[in-house]
Amino acid sequence: MTIRLTEIWVGIFIAAGLAALLMLAMKVSNLSTYNQDKGYEVTARFEDISGLKVRSPVTMAGVTIGRVTNIGFDKNTFEAVVTMRVESQYNTLPKDSSASIYTAGLLGEKYVGLSPGGDEKSLQQGDRIKLTQDSMVLEKLIGQFVSRMMNNDSSKDKSSGK
Amino acid sequence: MKSVLDHLQTLGQKGTGFFERLGRASILFARILGGAPSLFLRFSLVVQQTYSVGVLSLLIILVSGLFVGMVLGLQGYNTLVDFGAEESLGVVVSLSLVRELGPVVTALLFAGRAGSALTAEIGLMKATEQLSAMEMMAIDPIRRVLTPRFLAGVISMPLLAAIFSAVGVIGGYFVGVGLLGVDDGAYWSQMQAKVDLYDDLLNGVIKSFVFGIIVTWIAVFEGYDATPTSEGVSRATTRTVVHSSLAILAMDFILTALMFGEH
Repeated sequence: MTIRLTEIWVGIFIAAGLAALLMLAMKVSNLSTYNQDKGYEVTARFEDISGLKVRSPVTMAGVTIGRVTNIGFDKNTFEAVVTMRVESQYNTLPKDSSASIYTAGLLGEKYVGLSPGGDEKSLQQGDRIKLTQDSMVLEKLIGQFVSRMMNNDSSKDKSSGK
Repeated sequence: MKSVLDHLQTLGQKGTGFFERLGRASILFARILGGAPSLFLRFSLVVQQTYSVGVLSLLIILVSGLFVGMVLGLQGYNTLVDFGAEESLGVVVSLSLVRELGPVVTALLFAGRAGSALTAEIGLMKATEQLSAMEMMAIDPIRRVLTPRFLAGVISMPLLAAIFSAVGVIGGYFVGVGLLGVDDGAYWSQMQAKVDLYDDLLNGVIKSFVFGIIVTWIAVFEGYDATPTSEGVSRATTRTVVHSSLAILAMDFILTALMFGEH
């Protein structure tokens, strides 16, 4: 009887442990967003992807429709080649859609945003998105802003000097 | 002059003693693993040990997991609210639990609760010559006594760590959402967006598995290697807790550096 009770308790323990693992997998981690369907892959070339990572989301109209699966570098054109996997249910994206790299919030993580074009044909496996816009680099923007301010100041000085 | 030589001698003695124990522990580890296959014929031994190692540790794991999660919720909220980022509370709680606190705190508690009990039990078996009696009956005490306990510890540790993390996330939910008014949906959805199944959860499970091996190995070895007196057993029990805690923390650093470094 006591042996049977022990076995029942061990069974409960193992079941509780596995249930906890399952709960962590389903409720805490991103297992529920993994889906079995392979989808299709498209590539895009950017001059600057700073901060984009593998598994970053690919969105259209703010809805996540895929993930970045690979980031490569073309040593002939010196461009970054970003491979994205889009879920197969979103198979009607126009062929001339454009891809841009955005930042979630001011300092958040980078993601790829797709904007639809007007083409009647849709993107297929292996297609390349030709229209791309690079990632916005905060340092570059600040640099441009500062140099413009300095130009303004110097032109003002000249005009006041005259 | 003589005292300096004496000091050198004790230093050398301690050095060789350390390597001697390490060597003995490694040989014991190999012999324990060697006894594992034959245990599938008598799996009830493992089940009985899982009861005393795992099931009896369940209460302390549940309670401390709940409180650690609640503290994380409270501390995380107070820090995040300064940045207006209290919606990320779920991420803070779940990542710290799944990656670090779950495996490490569970292993420390496990060493204190189950490891010390294992050492004391085996050490007392040795002191009362039960192990020698088994050898007289041509029963290998390593296969009959040590291997089931080792396997039970290795099985129990990842499950306990998973329970700890799950309860902790729920505890953080009670405090964050129930008490402090973080949005219910944001708590879970941000968590799911940031916690990766392989990078975070699987690595946490691997960590707890490794800690399970370390703690049980040390506990079983200290018990088997104890001086067969009441003082020896008490020293061995202390050593189990101290050594396995240190080993857990050092191993945690190595594993974290390997797993969560730059990809």
